[in-house]
Amino acid sequence: MADIRSNFVGIKSPNPFWLASAPPTDKAYNVVRAFKAGWGGVVWKTLGEEGPPVVNVNGPRYGAIWGADRRLLGLNNIELITDRDLQTNLREMKQVKMEWPDRALVASIMVPCEEQSWKAILPVVEETGADGIELNFGCPHGMSERGMGAAVGQVPEYIEMVVRWCKQYTRMPVITKLTPNITDIRKPARAAKAGGTDAVSLINTINSITGVNLDSFSPEPMIDGKGTHGGYCGPAVKPIAMNMVAEIARDPETRGLPISGIGGITTWRDAAEFLALGAGNVQVCTAAMTYGFKIVQEMISGLEAWMDEKGHRSLDDIIGRATPNVTDWQYLNLNYVAKAHIDQDACIKCGRCHIACEDTSHQAITQMVDGVRHFEVMEDECVGCNLCVNVCPVEGCITMEPLAAGSLDQRTGKVVEPVYANWTTHPNNPMARQAAE
Amino acid sequence: MAEGQFKQGIAAGRLAQPQYADNFSDLHPPFDRHEALVEADRCYFCYDAPCMQACPTTIDIPLFIREIATGNPLGAAKTIFDQNILGGMCARVCPTETLCEEVCVREVAEGKPVQIGRLQRYATDTAMAQHKQFYERAAPTGKRVAVVGAGPAGLACAHRLAVNGHEVTVYEAKPKAGGLNEYGIAAYKSVDGFAQAEVDYVTAVGGINVQHGKALGRDISLAELASSHDAVFLGMGLSGVKALRAEGEDAEGVQDAVDFIAELRQAGDLAQLPVGRRVVVIGGGMTAIDAAIQSKLLGAEEVTICYRRGKEYMNASEFEQDLAASKGVTIRHWLQPKSVIDAGGRVAGIELEYTTLRDGKLVGTGETMLIDADQVFKAIGQSFDASPLNGSGGSIAMEGGRIKVDAEGRTSMAKVWAGGDCVVDAREDLTVAAVAAGRDAAESINRALTSNGRA
Repeated sequence: MADIRSNFVGIKSPNPFWLASAPPTDKAYNVVRAFKAGWGGVVWKTLGEEGPPVVNVNGPRYGAIWGADRRLLGLNNIELITDRDLQTNLREMKQVKMEWPDRALVASIMVPCEEQSWKAILPVVEETGADGIELNFGCPHGMSERGMGAAVGQVPEYIEMVVRWCKQYTRMPVITKLTPNITDIRKPARAAKAGGTDAVSLINTINSITGVNLDSFSPEPMIDGKGTHGGYCGPAVKPIAMNMVAEIARDPETRGLPISGIGGITTWRDAAEFLALGAGNVQVCTAAMTYGFKIVQEMISGLEAWMDEKGHRSLDDIIGRATPNVTDWQYLNLNYVAKAHIDQDACIKCGRCHIACEDTSHQAITQMVDGVRHFEVMEDECVGCNLCVNVCPVEGCITMEPLAAGSLDQRTGKVVEPVYANWTTHPNNPMARQAAE
Repeated sequence: MAEGQFKQGIAAGRLAQPQYADNFSDLHPPFDRHEALVEADRCYFCYDAPCMQACPTTIDIPLFIREIATGNPLGAAKTIFDQNILGGMCARVCPTETLCEEVCVREVAEGKPVQIGRLQRYATDTAMAQHKQFYERAAPTGKRVAVVGAGPAGLACAHRLAVNGHEVTVYEAKPKAGGLNEYGIAAYKSVDGFAQAEVDYVTAVGGINVQHGKALGRDISLAELASSHDAVFLGMGLSGVKALRAEGEDAEGVQDAVDFIAELRQAGDLAQLPVGRRVVVIGGGMTAIDAAIQSKLLGAEEVTICYRRGKEYMNASEFEQDLAASKGVTIRHWLQPKSVIDAGGRVAGIELEYTTLRDGKLVGTGETMLIDADQVFKAIGQSFDASPLNGSGGSIAMEGGRIKVDAEGRTSMAKVWAGGDCVVDAREDLTVAAVAAGRDAAESINRALTSNGRA
């Protein structure tokens, strides 16, 4: 039986599934329910400074997009950090940690970008017995207008500075949570590392407007006729998050820096993909907000079943296994040739592959053969782009079949070379010619 | 000489050979992977789900469907088997239309429930095809338990006991285990020898010894079992059939529907199985439907179910009634048998009396009618035969003709539990209810034998 116990920067939890800092972790009531349901850990909803708590809007905090069957694909929110008194949160955190010693409890913190503010809050958080802290440099709305959250996360120098303060004033492991609202995610990650962070977590939510009411012309979610950008999360953001995790995992400057993966994780498979790309554990929010805490049972059972099936004994067997396979475009093998193949028995003759190829790609799929509706790939036109696979409604009907070395690529009239060759050495690459000259 | 469907009397070979395989093929063919994923995607993962509450074994249906949806059918199977080790058969024979699927929020909202039964079959078939066993037996407790009857209740009880480390001997009167799963259910609901495959899967956990040809009251006695074992579970089902109370019902051609169904399930070649040209089935439950449909599928020209009350009173679900109608069975209501028309010792027809409700009581109106028939099946209910319990030394309290049990399945006799159709309890007479009863009795026995579950 696979062992899915997790040890992330010294923080132990019975499984790698933590709830991210967000509404589900705002108070003891929710967190205890989560632990009862089986969650391995939580990052408590972001604490602010001592004093009057922040206030939230009194109208919609969430907007969403859905699939046709109302499956929630993306959620956005304009909620701020905890609007509860700091002392109440600290008291509850201490109590919960005492009662659930085997679960991870990490405190998310966001205070002004001043040394004194951080110096003041760290000891009181440490006193709760929390296993670590997560610096919220990601929140993209509201708090960022006040110079916190994403406003810090978008300036690598600030990140490094605050991380340094935290490492100086607490013994707790420091996890730096990054905003995706930035051009190159490696820069803030490098800064966090330079400041001495124990780990980074990402992604926080993405600036977004989920819709516009075409009667009132107000963006959604709408507050009294107006809207503001919210933070986008849920299944829709997973590909963006995974790329950012992979970029940090494979960056020579940050390689080996522990990563807590966040972004649209809904099933065990999503989690396994993040782990494979280099995340040491994962954090979940939208899936729990959509379906309730019980979904962790599926994640645990699915991850264990997959690991058993593949013979992976522990998380260390899978973490980062896909990282070496993420590379730059320039290093992709240009001698790899694949052609689409349509399984005629599986084909339901909808014609979508044909029209996608005919109108928007390479005119490589037939529509009619001998007067009969028939969709077949013309290998002499197929560039292997995979568009037909992606638009086909029948899973497994169209597949990409690699040509064996030595066989003829009918499109180019060339024999498939058995050796790896990429753009850096390609004759059409002016840079390659220069290097040769 | 009339041939085929039009042969007079009770005759075999009414159809061309290939027709039999067609007629008795799988009622609901299994989902392929794509179909399962599309169907699983329809589940809303309801909180405190109505489907789960409606399931007599309380399977966590939203969880297992989510596991299917995430490509983890083995995890789904375990979620099912945790609650119902006969989840494979229940997926095939449960009247889901009156259980989980009836209360599915999508049924209520749009009249199209998530097809829970077929999804359950997809998961359990996947696990069973891989011979995937999810349970390891606990350390041996040294306790020995006798289970009487290898039907759904007995098998579920035996499995749970074996998992808990007890040694189980199952005493089964018939040559095969499975009970009604093997001898009672319509053939098109359990094709390809599934009942026996499931018995093998359940007993593969170990610690379960099934002894065939051992009938209580004939080969073994309850007193012996109780003295030679630490506990006894009775899961004997119902072996008696109620009489029509119609004149002439001893005529040749009048038969118990359960015997006909059992014979059909055990038949090697359906073309050799005789059936009447005109068949009348008396009754309104699942047995009546199964007998009627299968008579039709064997090639009977006319099949009529006669039920003494109205459609809304029938025990057979609406789905089953529609299925019968779609196979060409005629269902007639408000008719009770009066006498069997005898022609030279053989059935020639049946005389029925119209009925009505008068002051809430069912009464005959006096008006009668005749239906030509060369075969009449009795399917008006089964009864518990208490005689095998006789001579047990102690006495077992009965209620309404069945064994009386408490909420944990304990009978009035020390060390003896009972469950399934042979007891009177709040559960319906369904495979899935028998599984729940056997499982819960096993837990009760385990607590009793091990001081609260600890050996």
